[in-house]
Amino acid sequence: MTEGYNFAYLDEQTKRMIRRALLKAVAIPGHQVPFGSREMPLPYGWGTGGIQVTASVLGPNDVLKVIDQGADDTTNAVSIRRFFAKTAGVETTTHTADATVIQTRHRIPEKALRDDQIIVYQVPQPEPLFRLESSRVETRRMHGLSDYGLMHVKLYEDVARFGQISIAYDYPVMVNGRYLMSPSPIPAFDNPKMDRMPALQLFGAGREKRIYAIPPWTEVRSLDFDDHPFRAINAPEPCGLCGATDAYLDEVVTDDKGGRLFVCSDTDHCAERRDAGHVGKDGVP
Amino acid sequence: MTLLSARGLGLRFGAITALADVDVDLWQGEVLAIVGESGSGKTTLLNVLSGRVTPDAGHVFYTDPDGAEHDVHAMPSPALRTLHRSDWGFVHQDPRQNLRMNVSAGGNVGERLMARGARHYANIRTEAIDWLTQVEIDASRVDDLPRTFSGGMLQRLQIARTLVTHPRLVFMDEPTGGLDVSVQARLLDLIRTLVARLGIAAVLVTHDIAVARLLAHRIAVMQRGRIVETGLTDQVLDDPQHAYTQLLVSSVLQA
Repeated sequence: MTEGYNFAYLDEQTKRMIRRALLKAVAIPGHQVPFGSREMPLPYGWGTGGIQVTASVLGPNDVLKVIDQGADDTTNAVSIRRFFAKTAGVETTTHTADATVIQTRHRIPEKALRDDQIIVYQVPQPEPLFRLESSRVETRRMHGLSDYGLMHVKLYEDVARFGQISIAYDYPVMVNGRYLMSPSPIPAFDNPKMDRMPALQLFGAGREKRIYAIPPWTEVRSLDFDDHPFRAINAPEPCGLCGATDAYLDEVVTDDKGGRLFVCSDTDHCAERRDAGHVGKDGVP
Repeated sequence: MTLLSARGLGLRFGAITALADVDVDLWQGEVLAIVGESGSGKTTLLNVLSGRVTPDAGHVFYTDPDGAEHDVHAMPSPALRTLHRSDWGFVHQDPRQNLRMNVSAGGNVGERLMARGARHYANIRTEAIDWLTQVEIDASRVDDLPRTFSGGMLQRLQIARTLVTHPRLVFMDEPTGGLDVSVQARLLDLIRTLVARLGIAAVLVTHDIAVARLLAHRIAVMQRGRIVETGLTDQVLDDPQHAYTQLLVSSVLQA
């Protein structure tokens, strides 16, 4: 741990303020709570909200994992993990099972989370209705009155135009049957994992200055129509490296002749499977 | 029992008296026209009756289907909002105020159904197409955006969107304003048919005496925020008593 920083970078008053917002958010599942977002030593859009939430919930004995689109080894994940290793001196890991706090950008790990874990989402846009209703005064009123017909108009338009609901990520959910919530830009594939998850789910939007949360074991339902039920979309192939068929896959273009490789987006999940002896059709035993 | 009843409404905008001592009664299935010149308080009265503007004095009472009476301006806002999207409808002069211009015609009609809890796509779509047909919009236009519609079609689309939840009471603010005469005639005919068939009560604001004569059962004439004369439409228009009503009626060109 580097000298000269307060534990986990933020000062104690700021952490208190964020914890108060977190408590309120947990008490009202899915409700967006405003908070005094601070300037962080990384640009907006890189996880300033998530990093502040992580800093507020982190203790000296926690083990931190940071993922970016499922990967532990991309710039955003590496730099945030190093940031907390430096300013809080906490142990870091890439193994989902070993972590107590997981900060994520746009994925939920494939391995089911436990009730002693906290997952922190980085959220660019906390307002699920922002593309449909530009006025925040009006969207707040809609949340207050639970008036969500407009969101269904968007789903209706999708089905009318494309024959199906065509939202691939940031698929809107109803939390605890009350608040419409943006799950952050996770793929729709991950939405079912949020439902009755044993782990505490916290969401931080730094630029938009909002925090919201889903307490453990809370019902999270993806919006749909009775005759067009929600479907999790995934590539129709097994992972090329580990052969997994139940994991979310990334498509990697490998040459200019139409060659492509589908691989697990969760790098830790893929590595663990390969260590256990699973080999996909493009993998090396 | 009255469906909507207002007593002693008063509203001032600074030095301007918008409404003074206005009483209105509306019965089930009845169309009431409010006529008067520009600035006489017609639209303000409509906004006060529908709970969109709070008056300085007086009360508006609405009797719900169960027979319970509600003071519209004392209702909690969620209840008023529910009322506005189920039991009531509002038809604006400019359909663009009410319609979502970047949402297809079917989505526009379906929105009120979905706001009320409809969650079956095929049923919503069937009902939307049914209503488009009822307002004489071709069913093949169901997926078209309203911006490709003509002015008369937009107004008819707005009416379909408003009536899809079978409201008991519709507020109309100059529904035929800004349309050319032949389109007006078709629209009036359509509104008259629908209102009669569905037994909807309506408060209709218009400055056009001909529109009032065609649609309304009763008429209220407004001048400077007061109702100066009220009665059955034919009675008021054929035998006007108040000097201002006489002026209004005589100023219409005789066909």
